[in-house]
Amino acid sequence: MEVSNRKQVLPGVYLTCLQTDQFKTGSISVNMMLPLSRADAAKNALIPRVLLRGTSAYPDIESLTAAFDELFGLSIVPVVRKKGEVQCVGFYASFADDRHVPTGEHVLDKVTALLAQLLLSPATSGGHLRGDYVESEKQKLISDIRSSVNDKRAYATDRLFELMCSGEAYGTGRFGTEKNAEKITAVGLTKHYKQVLSTAHIEIIYCGSARETLVERAVVSEFAAMPRGQVEPMPATQIKTTPAKADVRYYTDHLNVTQGKLAVGFRLGDIALTNERAPVMVANAMFGGSVTSKLFMNVRERLSLCYYASSSIDWRKGIMLVSSGIEFDKYDEALSEILTQLEAVRKGDFTENELESAKKYLITNLKTVADQQFRLDEYYLDQTLGDFILRPEKLAVLVSAVTAEDVLSAARDIMPDTVYFLNGPQEDGNED
Amino acid sequence: MKIKEYPSVGERVHTERLDNGLSVYVIEKKGYNKAYALFATKYGGADRRFKLGDKWYDTPAGIAHFLEHKMFDMSDGSNALTTLYAKGATANAFTSSDMTAYLFESVDGFRDNLDTLLSFVSQPWFTDESVSKEQGIIGQEIRMTEDNPGICLYYGLLRSLFAHNPARDTVAGTVESIAEISPETLYNCHKVFYNPSNMALCVAGDVDPDMVCEAAREILPKEPADVPVRDYGPDEGREPFERRFERCMEVSAPVFYGGTKCVLPEDGTLALRQELCGDLALRLLMGRGSGLYSRLYSDGLIDYDFSAGYESVAGVAYTLFGGESREPDKVCEEIKKEILGISRSGFGKGFFERGKKAMYGMKLRELNSLDSICYSAARGHFGGYEPLRAFELLESISEEETLDFIGENLVPDRIALSIIRPVGQ
Repeated sequence: MEVSNRKQVLPGVYLTCLQTDQFKTGSISVNMMLPLSRADAAKNALIPRVLLRGTSAYPDIESLTAAFDELFGLSIVPVVRKKGEVQCVGFYASFADDRHVPTGEHVLDKVTALLAQLLLSPATSGGHLRGDYVESEKQKLISDIRSSVNDKRAYATDRLFELMCSGEAYGTGRFGTEKNAEKITAVGLTKHYKQVLSTAHIEIIYCGSARETLVERAVVSEFAAMPRGQVEPMPATQIKTTPAKADVRYYTDHLNVTQGKLAVGFRLGDIALTNERAPVMVANAMFGGSVTSKLFMNVRERLSLCYYASSSIDWRKGIMLVSSGIEFDKYDEALSEILTQLEAVRKGDFTENELESAKKYLITNLKTVADQQFRLDEYYLDQTLGDFILRPEKLAVLVSAVTAEDVLSAARDIMPDTVYFLNGPQEDGNED
Repeated sequence: MKIKEYPSVGERVHTERLDNGLSVYVIEKKGYNKAYALFATKYGGADRRFKLGDKWYDTPAGIAHFLEHKMFDMSDGSNALTTLYAKGATANAFTSSDMTAYLFESVDGFRDNLDTLLSFVSQPWFTDESVSKEQGIIGQEIRMTEDNPGICLYYGLLRSLFAHNPARDTVAGTVESIAEISPETLYNCHKVFYNPSNMALCVAGDVDPDMVCEAAREILPKEPADVPVRDYGPDEGREPFERRFERCMEVSAPVFYGGTKCVLPEDGTLALRQELCGDLALRLLMGRGSGLYSRLYSDGLIDYDFSAGYESVAGVAYTLFGGESREPDKVCEEIKKEILGISRSGFGKGFFERGKKAMYGMKLRELNSLDSICYSAARGHFGGYEPLRAFELLESISEEETLDFIGENLVPDRIALSIIRPVGQ
């Protein structure tokens, strides 16, 4: 695969091209990189949904879908991603690669034109985004925010970050809050959309068989009409290297659930301010990021304290998360065992075998990024947030070079910040 | 090995039938870092009553799924899943109504991992203790799925459509039925269904096809064996067993599935053709590009998650459509009206051809995924068709044929409806 250098093709619009013959389809994502904020998150998340209801030329779902179907089942979906404190909002398009289009048409050009049209020329009424579209998509967004409570594992994670990062932008979920979504009007959203369109830093990522020059030409000619004002730089993420309070904070919610959910948030320490990503990844994989990890082997398998227990890292924010499903009465034991296992990693209480398994797991994972188009898009979009583009193969090499000492120094400063427990219904007289 | 080419979509498949009866498929995927293997047996939750020799056997509901769980236990006390993970592979298994499959993907050491896969699936090891422990674990799993609205909704529809076919029962069985399982029943079922003549090995990636056959020849039993005859019950006819299933559960809004029974052609290629035709018909009738979808969506009666399709399993086929809706009955009435209207007016040439283009793109997208290619290869093998012929078959489907499908298989009076409503509604 040829990865072109990411470059600015229009004011504040950057293009990354991944050229490969491996897939039958091509993909393009257009991402407005917006600062995550409680006030704007819901508005931002609503924009691509409303825009996908219709354009000036294809004003409703039926005519828009007809245009998609004509292009061999082009699929364009709204995407809202949270990377650190950046809310990445836009579209992901997947379409038949020109090599496999039976009629020999150049689908890529037409897809790029449609994406530009979706972003720049929405269906309007009286100069505003159509009120009926805004209202119906708003209701669907609210219902999506509400239904997050249906997935108890994700809900516990959201609550943890909300509480742990209450004074930080990171405490806001990727779709924003129901309360802020309720306040959105067609007039307000139109104003916000216009402002975002003229100022947002934009990242476009292409993956498919076309040469970079062709992609660039299509993007430049279709997006040239974008009304650009003073373009904002890529939003920054505030990294806190240590816990917000001297003592670990504990929170419990009671809901009508049959299984308890335990979520623990950690700060990674000073290493989060560096580019030393590989040792932290290995430490995490060994602690709880793989099925050969300490959490899996001990908390789940050996002690049967939980149904699942795993850890993950948001490198962009410098946070580690442990997520676990437990019986209500196993709370103390499970929490203490989780911290014990982290201590073991920090003290170097692991075997050569554990280290190698963790590295192998990560390397395999990084190598397979190139086998899935959407993962490539995810990976390279994430890279745009850093100081430089690190290809997955290169990161795999860095991972393979990680030593036990590297892990020790990477894990040294990891500190628990907040513990969140989603408990069952509260019984009378049973204080928690 | 034999080679089949599908030049229009750029695919190449190597096939071989080994002396022991095993069918091997290797789908060439140059450029991929990982390789994927799926080792499947034509044995699922619906295969409970079967004949071997002259004798009929009845086995407890949930046994195929139970067997899948226990296959990872090795006689030396190790667990095959952990072994594969420790070697850097990602592994898993699943049981459907008519298939059990074990799979892994890995970047390095493919042959080594393939050997592990073939070994553990062909070497059963069950003890009283391990079986009784698993009864507890799967019992928990069953209780959890009983609270799952999606599963309940789906089986609500299948139980309404079918009176006898065992596909109407959940694959995992019940706490009571799995209590009847013993090491002996597991060994017997393994012997009957996990014989290479009843299995397929499907591999996709940048892999030497001969190496795959070599591994299978070395590790698996050398002799072919008889393939059991299954009993899925008497012919079901076209009328649904019941027209309605309804229940209240912890959901935020009502969800529903509607569906009809279809007659599954015996011939595999005809069955594939019918599947394409059915999917196309439903897409044209109520997919995102249809006037009906647009109306229902604008009126707030359906949501983005509304979907429709054709499915076949364990000798039966059905259409299925649904999603979240505040008024499932109203949506169903609108669908019935649309069926009658389209049957009279047809789709129109432009709309029909566009639908076919969209289906082509959707099928093409599936070829990006090694897991879906291997899964299709196994399904195609057990169903007696070549999945990659879908592109050429799709091209030859006419509007008339699609309308015939609707006339035969989507009769409004024969639609069954399954609804889950929020508690208190």
